[in-house]
Amino acid sequence: MIARVAAKAGFHEAGRPLLSAERKASISAWASKCGWAIISVGMFALIWELLWAVGLADPKLLPPPHVFLGNFVEQARNFNTAQRWQIGAGVAAGPTPWEAVGITILSSTGRVFTGLLLAAVGSIVLGVSIRYSGWAERLILPTVTLLAPVSPVAWLPVAIFLFGIGNGPAVFMVFIALFFTMTLSTIAQIDAVDRNFINVARTMGATKRQIYARVVVPAILPGLLVVLRLNLFGAWMVVLVAEATGVGYGLGQVIMLARNTFNPSLVFFTITLIGLLGFGFDWLLRKVQARVLYWVPENKVIAGV
Amino acid sequence: MSEPAIVCRNLGMTWNAGTARAHEALRDINLEVRPGEFVVLLGPSGCGKSTLLYLVAGLEAYNLGTLEAFGAAVSGPSPDRSLIFQQTSLLPWLSVWQNVTFGLALRGEPVEARRAAAKEALSRVGLSDAMDKRPDELSGGMRQRVAVARSLTMRPRVLLMDEPFAALDVQTRAKMQDFLLDVWRSSGASVLFVTHGIEEAVALADRVVVVTARPGRIKAIVPVDMPRPRDPFSREAERLRAELTGLLRDEVDRAFAEQEAFA
Repeated sequence: MIARVAAKAGFHEAGRPLLSAERKASISAWASKCGWAIISVGMFALIWELLWAVGLADPKLLPPPHVFLGNFVEQARNFNTAQRWQIGAGVAAGPTPWEAVGITILSSTGRVFTGLLLAAVGSIVLGVSIRYSGWAERLILPTVTLLAPVSPVAWLPVAIFLFGIGNGPAVFMVFIALFFTMTLSTIAQIDAVDRNFINVARTMGATKRQIYARVVVPAILPGLLVVLRLNLFGAWMVVLVAEATGVGYGLGQVIMLARNTFNPSLVFFTITLIGLLGFGFDWLLRKVQARVLYWVPENKVIAGV
Repeated sequence: MSEPAIVCRNLGMTWNAGTARAHEALRDINLEVRPGEFVVLLGPSGCGKSTLLYLVAGLEAYNLGTLEAFGAAVSGPSPDRSLIFQQTSLLPWLSVWQNVTFGLALRGEPVEARRAAAKEALSRVGLSDAMDKRPDELSGGMRQRVAVARSLTMRPRVLLMDEPFAALDVQTRAKMQDFLLDVWRSSGASVLFVTHGIEEAVALADRVVVVTARPGRIKAIVPVDMPRPRDPFSREAERLRAELTGLLRDEVDRAFAEQEAFA
């Protein structure tokens, strides 16, 4: 048992090297990447701290990192997710500060993820149908092209009319921000599919349906995942706007609260959280991409951002 | 004599016919390919020889004349006429064996039957070990052999090849030519092979069809009566190369002049 655990953890058995050379190289490459990331962010923070130290950055307006990251519990109090303000509930009622931050992050993330998923599935289905059927193209494409350039902010009132407050409008906003552009980019990807792939299927007697199911859809997936990743940041921007206008709770609501109560520390604290979340999400999508699209070379998967 | 595999009569093809961008690719093509015959289409780049191949494959529609395969007019693609492309056309998301049996999968054949068919076809092209590899793990020559194996699983009576070895280095190309002749002999299929290489034409063909440039017309049909395996340095091979070079020179000059005029 112990031996198995040890082997799993990478400890050597009977003189074999701890890690293979390849693994070592990849770890050291990863470590140097991390190192540079820390240096980059560290330098940014350091300049900020210096500006504060010499008195150029007013801590009431631009509190330096050690201030806005320093009092976590104080900040977390504002991530109010329970009905603490309701009559009868004490100041101490509701979730602990850690739970409050967790719930806020999870609800924003959930909205981004749900909207992204719905938009991705919807746009692939619609884009493929538009190219599959001439009727679908003539009936739907003009409307899609017309709506694609409309800023998602313009949809905000519609989101509130339709869904009131809650998760609905935020998910709708993410969906609407991505759906039309992703439909158009699905069509562009279909048009860019290698003619040879399609001709191969045709010479082997494939029907139109088989060509779409077995050639076109797999061929456009790599490009679509890149589009999805690029739109991820857009989704985060939109969800904050939606939350800021009264969804109840979420990172956007916290920012709005910070604005209304003139609390720059809270703003920067939340910005830090959002930055970390966006980074984490992007990393996750890259991993998904590498796993799902095993046939696309690594450098092509990473390229694009 | 059995019925011919491919018959073209006064075959013509104009791209974008009736529009301002109309461009005549082929004119008055008269050609018969016998069953089991190896015919090479030789001509300068852009002369329409690939277009002819696409017409025979049924991937494009012709505007003029008639085109028949085994007595029936060509109206669309058929597994009977298998096209092998210039660039590798393996689907990158499928493994080698899945690529080889793609056509069988389209017909809904079960996995075991497909794996068996892939094994057989891959052993014929000398790639039994590559069953479970992915296309990007293979060299260019190996990929083209997989493409040939994929065509063979459809048991075509005509193999259409569009400069299949153009992207390969010289040594690999020579090997691939020997390999192709083996496959051709054992399959009994007719081959219609497009190239702009005179050496390649002399090494492979029963008959060489020299195609002129813009529009593509048949300038000459040169029979190659040399026993196989062929010695590329024999007197007869030298003579044929000289003859084909002469036939091609005017065409290349003309194509060149035209391209310069465009530029």
